[in-house]
Amino acid sequence: MNIAEQYSKLVMKHFKKPHNYGEIKNADGIGTVGNPVCGDVLKLYIKISKNKKGKEIIKDIKFQTFGCIAAIATSSVITDIVKGKTIEDALKIKKEEIIKKLGGLPPIKVHCSVLAVDGLYEAIYDYYKKSKKEIPFFLEKAHKEILERNKKER
Amino acid sequence: MKRIYLDNAATTKVDPRVLNLMKKFFTDKYGNPNSLHSFGIEAREAIEISREKIANLINANSNEIIFTSGGTESNNLAIKGIAFANKSKGKHIIVSSIEHHCVLETVHWLEKNGFKISFLDVDKYGVVNIEKLKSLIRRDTILVSIMHANNEIGTIEPIKEIGEICKDYNILFHTDAVQSFGKIEIDVKKYNIDLLSASSHKIHGPKGVGCLYIKEGTKIEPILHGGGQEFGIRSGTENVPGIVGFGKAAEICKKEMKNEKRRIEKMRDKLINNILNIENTRLNGHPKIRLPNNVNCSFEFIEGEALIGILNEFGIAASTGSACSSRSLKPSHVLLAIGLSPEIAHGSLRLTLGRFNTEKEIDYVIKKIPEAVEKLRNLSPYKKRW
Ligand SMILES: Cc1ncc(COP(=O)(O)O)c(C=O)c1O
Ligand code: FES
Repeated sequence: MNIAEQYSKLVMKHFKKPHNYGEIKNADGIGTVGNPVCGDVLKLYIKISKNKKGKEIIKDIKFQTFGCIAAIATSSVITDIVKGKTIEDALKIKKEEIIKKLGGLPPIKVHCSVLAVDGLYEAIYDYYKKSKKEIPFFLEKAHKEILERNKKER
Repeated sequence: MKRIYLDNAATTKVDPRVLNLMKKFFTDKYGNPNSLHSFGIEAREAIEISREKIANLINANSNEIIFTSGGTESNNLAIKGIAFANKSKGKHIIVSSIEHHCVLETVHWLEKNGFKISFLDVDKYGVVNIEKLKSLIRRDTILVSIMHANNEIGTIEPIKEIGEICKDYNILFHTDAVQSFGKIEIDVKKYNIDLLSASSHKIHGPKGVGCLYIKEGTKIEPILHGGGQEFGIRSGTENVPGIVGFGKAAEICKKEMKNEKRRIEKMRDKLINNILNIENTRLNGHPKIRLPNNVNCSFEFIEGEALIGILNEFGIAASTGSACSSRSLKPSHVLLAIGLSPEIAHGSLRLTLGRFNTEKEIDYVIKKIPEAVEKLRNLSPYKKRW
């Protein structure tokens, strides 16, 4: 399989020069997720502050990924998408949006984009938890589902 | 950008000497070797010359060589052909757990059709367990099939010992020599081999042609039925240009093996030594008893497909046993069989050398690999731990 041909130009662009990678030392929330089947791991760090309207926004976001080309590219693109967004809007993100932003993913690599969305949910969940905020029902549910997904097979 | 090809276990460039000889069998000598006119006769002669050259390389007689469409067909023919020819004697077959997919899938198919298969495990270097082999042999065992050298990790199996055991127990012995044929010495007589598979495109010959050595007097059922070509064992009009090219490729291998082996081994060792200088890296396969052209290493904290992706950007063509590059998402069965954890198997890199690689290329590669590894480790969440 030719690696460069299997992926879109945008995927390769993000892979070659990933945006927002690294660690945030005093992060407000950290999400760690792994795909149990392929073994890839993603860690997302977020820093939260308030915008002028007093709404909480994701002021900064960084990622660390142990994974394939698609995992690195989806990690990079999700940081682009949610940086500066309100938490409310960030939680609306779907894997389809990531895939579209990357100009498509090979079918077998769709799960890599799930990893990115899961990572974001987990980071926000972690922030709510750490700051002792009330966790919305849907986020609690998503968190449980993610834990289930992470557990399988490992 | 200049490209460097280090995936010679996947396939090789056709040697210009091979291509040159093949050409006229497309344009002038295009007869069917089964025809009685001069066109047919010259094609027939060319095939027989090739047969002899190939037999020569492994110390066989030329009537023991059957041309096929490649390694996959040879392995299918050997295993299915022996299974069906001997099913009244027994239905038990032993293979190693690190065989190529075309052997594993063949025995899985036989299993569905009433045969019993035992899988022989390997040690941490990928060497089959000889004592265990003896214990797996049963009264109804008809065939042992163990590869000569592994395509992923390059480990060379003790086929001489296996041949002796099979001879003692009066069991047929097949070896998949696709990766070793033409690269290291093979003597079917000395090693007591009954069947041996080889493929042309791994030795700088054309794709789509290979052969099966079948020791004289061995009963085998054909899997392709038709016009009775290849001693009735493999019907179908012969791929004359392919066979001519394969023969030439084998002839060159025989003539140049000694020097080539030394030259390529030197580049291999340079690669290995330099790669192992990178922290948290290991060599997969046997440190000494390995193919002269195979390097297989694992890098902790990074994933193979991503590594291949960066090397590709540097113009270096390599391969991996990582899950992420395969269709199944499971890491290579070979790397798991030698006891690597899925994480480590995930970060594996295979570099395989060939006739056209140069020392200069290797010098470039050993400069670029640490760069690629460093780049990916900088992205990895495990970075802190090393
Ligand atoms: C060990 C081994 N056996 C069999 C094959 C299949 O050979 P071919 O590609 O000629 O069908 C290969 C090639 O990938 C191989 O490495
Ligand atoms: S995250 Fe599993 S293959 Fe990419």
